[in-house]
Amino acid sequence: MQEFPKAKEPFRFYTRLHLSELTGLRAANLSQLLDLIRKVPGSSIYHHTHRFLQQHQYLSPEPPNDFAYWVAGVLGEDELGERLASIDTMQYSTIRSLRDKIAETIEEYLKNNPLAKLKFARQDEEFHFIKSLSFVLPTNYVAYDLPGFAEILKKITVDSIYFHIFEARLRLEKQTNDFSYWIETSLGDKELADRISGLDPYTRTLEDLRKTIVRVIEKKVSG
Amino acid sequence: MAKIEEYIPIVGQSIIDDLKLLAEKLKGRVIQHINSTSVGGGVAEILNRMVPLLRELGVDTRWDLIKGGEQFFEVTKKFHNALHGRAEAISQRDFDIFMETSRININEVAISGDIVFVHDPQPVALIKNKSDNKWVWRCHIDLSNPNQKVWRFIADFITDYDSAVFSAPAFSQMLPIRQILIPPSIDPLSDKNRDLSDEEIDSVLKKYNIATDKPIITQISRFDRLKDPLGVIEAYLKVKKYIDCQLILAGGTATDDPEGIAVLEEAKDKAKSGRDIHILLLSQNDIEINALQRASTVIIQKSIREGFGLTVAEALWKAKPVVASNVGGIPLQIKHKYSGLLCHSIDGAAFAIKQLLNSPEYAKKLGENGREHIRSNFLLTRHLRDYMLLFLSLYHKEDLVYL
Repeated sequence: MQEFPKAKEPFRFYTRLHLSELTGLRAANLSQLLDLIRKVPGSSIYHHTHRFLQQHQYLSPEPPNDFAYWVAGVLGEDELGERLASIDTMQYSTIRSLRDKIAETIEEYLKNNPLAKLKFARQDEEFHFIKSLSFVLPTNYVAYDLPGFAEILKKITVDSIYFHIFEARLRLEKQTNDFSYWIETSLGDKELADRISGLDPYTRTLEDLRKTIVRVIEKKVSG
Repeated sequence: MAKIEEYIPIVGQSIIDDLKLLAEKLKGRVIQHINSTSVGGGVAEILNRMVPLLRELGVDTRWDLIKGGEQFFEVTKKFHNALHGRAEAISQRDFDIFMETSRININEVAISGDIVFVHDPQPVALIKNKSDNKWVWRCHIDLSNPNQKVWRFIADFITDYDSAVFSAPAFSQMLPIRQILIPPSIDPLSDKNRDLSDEEIDSVLKKYNIATDKPIITQISRFDRLKDPLGVIEAYLKVKKYIDCQLILAGGTATDDPEGIAVLEEAKDKAKSGRDIHILLLSQNDIEINALQRASTVIIQKSIREGFGLTVAEALWKAKPVVASNVGGIPLQIKHKYSGLLCHSIDGAAFAIKQLLNSPEYAKKLGENGREHIRSNFLLTRHLRDYMLLFLSLYHKEDLVYL
């Protein structure tokens, strides 16, 4: 049987679980939405841009965030919906910069389309701001080499994949993720690390992302 | 009663592993549920499934009941209706009766929980026994438009709790305590949702004389104006003009509910204006409901108001394309055009049904998306996870917790 190099440091898989906290804040039109996007805690922006993706992963590749979905689906502002949906979340490694980009996009649209301010959602279709309470905990899965890593990757929860891919970018504030970081620093395989960090996770379902990463690693393992 | 391991083939080993990890973090804490009844009603139904599973996971979970006489429960029924937004005459005497019984319960219900989990308004006053333990109030009611007099009375107690839990964002209130969103769930292993054999489905169809030679459109719900059975028949008649199909309206009604009987009669009367309409008054028979849902081509839930509308989750879990009103908790379960179709009117419902009947591939995709959405977000395992996270959240004020 082929021997594979052991990692300098084993990889412990973590998971991030969420509870949704209701903020009581709601918007019925674009001006209110914009105002609240600027004010709500970062964990609320996180909820509507990232948690949404996790809950509705089968929707991927569209719409990638709650704001885009509401603006297009409820207010009927398709153009703004498209602009919000096409914000390249990959470019923003902090919630603050992502929040600024979303706010700017709405502000710019309102400047050019002032009549859009007059559109109101019905009471039962208002946008409710929710924030994520997040709990990060270590799982019992640990990988010591690349084949073992791929095997675990096949069976961990999508929450765990989510934590190591999406969450890592925000946590590390870098254009990388935990998998690539480990593969590069503990296994010394920069090429494989780069291939994984080059995948755009925002335009795939989490299951598709899982399969793609497993495929890339297995290809490497089989030489 | 299903064991936790039996959920592995449905949700995957790793989801169950996560539940075990969370349960470990709760070691040493006692959870005490308190409500007003052990049988009948949605709260008892969910606790009957949750409590054994939490215990199996190793969480020390207890379940106690408050006591009350007929008068007390008449008052709490009125409170319940008023909080749901129904017009109710509430007098000072009603509040006095509530407080008299509550005082007895405050003295008699032994509080043993590190976390006391109080369900709905009936036991709300027990908070007067709060010491250095944690208290959560779980609201199972649609509070989007409550009677203010009753709400203010109840809210006075709730502000002393550590957290409150609601089923949908629109039910939250202005409160000085943390409010958590935890939607209800369905149990994929219950008789209402488990897989059925073709023979089981056929025998139910045979019992009710339903042929399978035409597409079946179904609404399952009790005969209640808020479920709009007459609107469903009207929508069906509009569809029937173009597509040869059949309608099943099935559900129960309490024998002591005169309005329910009247609505059933009206539905039967209206059904005379069309062909192929089956109006079925079912006694509580979960397997029959399951079979009717599984035999359907399209499922409707055309409610005018809805607490949460778990019949939608039941239908989606069976991978059925669903047309449902955009009310209550339904939009949490359906994203329009992705996991079902939302509607606001009879015409809209008819149009959506026609679309689904004429585009079976599209309908199939919506149903499949719906099933995956329910698998990720509305099964009992997610509900268990949320409850354990809720318990853990009581010991952490921050938004990001490393356990």
